[in-house]
Amino acid sequence: MDYESMKLLSKAIVLGSSALGAGIAMIAGLGPGIGEGNAVGKALEAIGRQPEAKSEVTSTMILGVAMAETTGIYSLIVALILLFVNPLVGKL
Amino acid sequence: MNVEITGAKVLFNIGGIVITETVVNTWIVMLLITLFCFIITRNLKVRPTSRRQLIAEFIVKTFNKLVKGNMGDKFSAYSPLIAGVMLMSALCSLSGLTGIYAPTADLSTLIAWAVVVFILITFNKIKYGGFGGYLKGYLEPIPVMLPINIISEVATPVSMAFRHFGNVASGVVVMTLVNGAMSAASQGLLGLIPGALGDTLSQIPLLRVGLPAILSLYFDVFSGCIQAFLFSMLTMAYVSSAAASE
Repeated sequence: MDYESMKLLSKAIVLGSSALGAGIAMIAGLGPGIGEGNAVGKALEAIGRQPEAKSEVTSTMILGVAMAETTGIYSLIVALILLFVNPLVGKL
Repeated sequence: MNVEITGAKVLFNIGGIVITETVVNTWIVMLLITLFCFIITRNLKVRPTSRRQLIAEFIVKTFNKLVKGNMGDKFSAYSPLIAGVMLMSALCSLSGLTGIYAPTADLSTLIAWAVVVFILITFNKIKYGGFGGYLKGYLEPIPVMLPINIISEVATPVSMAFRHFGNVASGVVVMTLVNGAMSAASQGLLGLIPGALGDTLSQIPLLRVGLPAILSLYFDVFSGCIQAFLFSMLTMAYVSSAAASE
């Protein structure tokens, strides 16, 4: 195999691995999903017990859910960087 | 059909300083807010007579109440800052709806805002605990915790910036992909019609009507407003806890 095709092959391997890595990074989406589900479930229980506190519970819940989303967002940023910025190709 | 997802484009250079779409759009939003404030605060009277003044008073009262409720009376001077951050963030995210590049989809904007919050936190820690108290805070509860304390200090602005950026940028990416997919789908489906009619219809992305609008309601409008609210709520929480920790 000559030098040019070697270079192309190694680039292809890096790009494919980056795509795989992006997909694996998004497994972290499981965590926020479970966490947000818990938070919303508890908020619904609270509203069921005290319907008059609905607006307060809802606004606090939305804040908490947005906070819990952070870890998922981190993995999303890692995946986006792997897909669109391709930082590893430059390291060849 | 080509789907293109890029960051902010560079528009021009001024003496080596790169001016991107982000900078220009941020200035547009700033001008809009300034113009709005300028218009509604003309001819203020002790007894409000115009509808303009009632709107202005309503906005100011809402933010004063919010800041006092979350930070206490001691910090009522922070109300303009919080109002500015919230309106700026919300309008920057919503400006993406008009088709221009939303400034909050650029990490640089959010990093800049997070640095402002970080300076405020440090300033309040030093102001209320003294410089010695601020340094001693890194050795609490035991001196071995020093590296962890430094990391958690730096992680605060980083997490604030990344949270906001990730939400807005993910909305932009998802909307671009959905729009591209809808164009391709309508091109494929309408291209099945034989003759010149099919050729003409397949050039028009008819399926882009409907579904992208509903998704945009969540990804652009709801997500942007929630993040604006969250950013200012976190600013208030961090700054007031920095002062109360001593």
